[in-house]
Amino acid sequence: MKLIFEKSVPGRHSSLLPACDVPAYDLPEKRQESLDLPELCENDVSRHYTQLCQRVHGVNCGFYPLGSCTMKYNPRIDEEMAALPGFTNIHPLAPASSVKGSKEVLDLAAKYLCEISGMDGMTFQPAAGAHGEFTGVLLIKQYHDARGDKARTKIIVPDSAHGTNPATAAMCGYDVVNVASAPDGCVDLEALKAALGPDTAGLMLTNPNTVGIFDKNILEITRLVHEAGGLCYYDGANLNAVMGHVRPGDMGFDCIHMNLHKTFATPHGGGGPGAGAVGCKEFLKQFLPESALMQGEGHIQVRGFAGNFLVVVRALTYLMTLGKEGIPEASTNAVLNANYLMQKIKGTFTPAFDRVCMHEFVLDLSEFKKETGVSALDVAKSLIDNGMHPPTMYFPLIVHEALMLEPTETESKETLDEAAEVFRKLYAQAFEDAEYMHHAPHHAQIGRPDEVAAARNPVVRWTKA
Amino acid sequence: MGSYVPGTLSERQQMLKAIGMEREDALYADVPAQMLLTEPLNIPSGMSELEVRSKMEALAAENKVFKTVLRGAGAYDHYIPSIVKYVPNKEEFLTAYTPYQAEMSQGILQSIFEYQTMICQLTGMDVSNASVYDGATAAAEAAAMCRDRKRSVTLISAAAHPDTINTVRTYCYGANAELRIVPCKDGKTDLDALKEMLTPDVASLILQQPNFYGQLEDAKAIGEAVHAAKAMFVLSCDPLSLAILPTPKEVGADVMVGEGQCLGLPIAWGGPYLGIMATTEKHMRKLPGRIVGETHDDAGNKAYVLSLQAREQHIRREKASSNICSNEALCALTAGLYMATMGPEGMKEAARQTTAKAHYLKAELCKLPGVKAKFAGEFYQEFVTVMPKREAVLAALEEAGILGGLPLGENEVLWCATEKVTKCELDKAVAIVKEVLAK
Repeated sequence: MKLIFEKSVPGRHSSLLPACDVPAYDLPEKRQESLDLPELCENDVSRHYTQLCQRVHGVNCGFYPLGSCTMKYNPRIDEEMAALPGFTNIHPLAPASSVKGSKEVLDLAAKYLCEISGMDGMTFQPAAGAHGEFTGVLLIKQYHDARGDKARTKIIVPDSAHGTNPATAAMCGYDVVNVASAPDGCVDLEALKAALGPDTAGLMLTNPNTVGIFDKNILEITRLVHEAGGLCYYDGANLNAVMGHVRPGDMGFDCIHMNLHKTFATPHGGGGPGAGAVGCKEFLKQFLPESALMQGEGHIQVRGFAGNFLVVVRALTYLMTLGKEGIPEASTNAVLNANYLMQKIKGTFTPAFDRVCMHEFVLDLSEFKKETGVSALDVAKSLIDNGMHPPTMYFPLIVHEALMLEPTETESKETLDEAAEVFRKLYAQAFEDAEYMHHAPHHAQIGRPDEVAAARNPVVRWTKA
Repeated sequence: MGSYVPGTLSERQQMLKAIGMEREDALYADVPAQMLLTEPLNIPSGMSELEVRSKMEALAAENKVFKTVLRGAGAYDHYIPSIVKYVPNKEEFLTAYTPYQAEMSQGILQSIFEYQTMICQLTGMDVSNASVYDGATAAAEAAAMCRDRKRSVTLISAAAHPDTINTVRTYCYGANAELRIVPCKDGKTDLDALKEMLTPDVASLILQQPNFYGQLEDAKAIGEAVHAAKAMFVLSCDPLSLAILPTPKEVGADVMVGEGQCLGLPIAWGGPYLGIMATTEKHMRKLPGRIVGETHDDAGNKAYVLSLQAREQHIRREKASSNICSNEALCALTAGLYMATMGPEGMKEAARQTTAKAHYLKAELCKLPGVKAKFAGEFYQEFVTVMPKREAVLAALEEAGILGGLPLGENEVLWCATEKVTKCELDKAVAIVKEVLAK
């Protein structure tokens, strides 16, 4: 389809503002270059964005088992509540007496999330998961600094971790120590012990881990880290598996981030805005970030004002809806759905770990690829032709030819049965017509894009012909 | 209680049976028993949609919505056209993830490509990323982008937004890098002091334009001083103002950052907002965050993809340019939609009216006895006054449904006006101030 700039007609516009009712003021310094934004009427704009949205697959369109992203249904009541003028039209620096509602929203959300995570304090400043990681590791850094312990220069990250974990540790000035996982994808205790020492600042871990398995040794792991003088950071990417069943705080973690845009059903918006609420134990509360302008200097701060407030409004609406019964029910069914789908796929594609999983599981297609020549990428692209968003591909790195599926609790048995059927069909097809799958998708918006050309010869904006 | 789980009790039983389990507890057999919660969570019971609605509406009602907003300081109450509120609620835009699968995400990718182009058109820069979290983090990411082994010190003007300074300070603390604050003089960055501070270890200067006090800085001269010292010039701009003010390109910025909230996003008690980040072609591969690029598919059709990913954390891990992955995509879409709806003339008109209303307010306030402008320089939409009885003035305005300026220092107020306020509203506000001062 055409770009919006190619639809521009000189002189076309919408009538939005009245004539200015005060004297004009001519600023001495002026923009010299012309402003080449598109010129359109409102109907042009409306049609353009409608066309664009018809070229997007959302959770509302169909199954979206993107592992580690928790693509659950996003309730529309949450959207409507976040659009209330009493939330949208509030200035962040309005007097405290006029924003009691906003404060109450944060207080309630903090209280519920502390209870769910087993933490004592919470900040909503971080705008995304990676931003939450950054905040959490800065809590650890401040803790060691406050004790005058400057020798702790390393953060331990398992090799199965998401790339944001090592990137975060590096942003916080730490050297990253990657520890190998045990054959079952869990932390190798011997490798951990070998990595721990007086230079250990902390450990970043998710549990269940990135292959969807709950690490049974978790209390031993956090104890070992604490014994070495380090702190334990819980990456909440996989919290949807365990809410209301077991709490990171009870596993021995000192701080945590939670993705409100995953676990607490706020929409991903095509890549944000999210919210990476960070919780911590009592002894770290003093290090939580605050806005210099709202609360005064003296604290770290990871963005302007109090955070992605409207995302918190959505999450609170969701928390209130589910409540103490619905929260564990959501997790139970996320785990049930994952195990059911894995069971239905078994016999064709091979799970990387053939055992009860938590909310997600990883398929290992390396043998299958040897037999058929069809790769995880080929299968993923073939799923698109079947109206399904592909699972996460080639992650975690410890499984070769990995496809990681997370169905979430909001998918029905029929959807899972149909998805399993699609996987069976593609499995059979690989043995019959691998070539067809190498070129999938065949019925999508586009065929496979040339990413190498995009990177080698970057065209990152439109320019007038 | 409320629930979004579709499975009926009998379906769940069937599914459990299919995986060889009798009870749901068995799903958590891997969790050591001593850790499993034995009591329900200590949070309220779930509720129906209707009950939740009334609870949330009651919370919203505890906030006071001001009809007239004369406060800015980083959050600007501009007019948001109707269509700009509708389009981002389309469910596909709302519920999609980051467009990893280009073959089913062309709509999101194209919207970002269009946003990147519009940011380039507005700022004069060569390349924009797909957004970062907000204006403050954009400045912090820019500081990191400019640092290298030889030059590790970041300078920031004391006249930048306090939240921006503190955020940059925090990111520098993380990276074990030094931040130095350049003092101001008469509400603007002190150029002479800056020149002294531009030592060979300085990587960049972050300047805010207009600055926190509303003053327009002599960005060009400052940029020249920065470049003379071989450091990078980061300019944090109000993007709407660029419709009429010199662009970052025109004043020589290497990196443009800014808070994009003024481009169609509500003030919303601080977020979500939009971090804008753009640079010159020379520094493109150092820019953090997602960037959408144009390419072609295997049949030669035009296609958009997430590009230049070799900079990013999922490839580079601890060597990545930033850890950012989720950004503010829907806010970027909204900003693009806003700019397309306003068009070049609408953007200029909104900026011109903003400056006209702010100057009218300043002129009227300064006619009142005891009210004086604190700084003499040119300004765009904000200005500082010194005034007696400040608390009483702000309270009287609040009583009348007007959010007055932000109190600063001892008896100063930072005022703001946008195109959204009418002359009538401004006159009413000034009359109230006059009445309080006369008492």
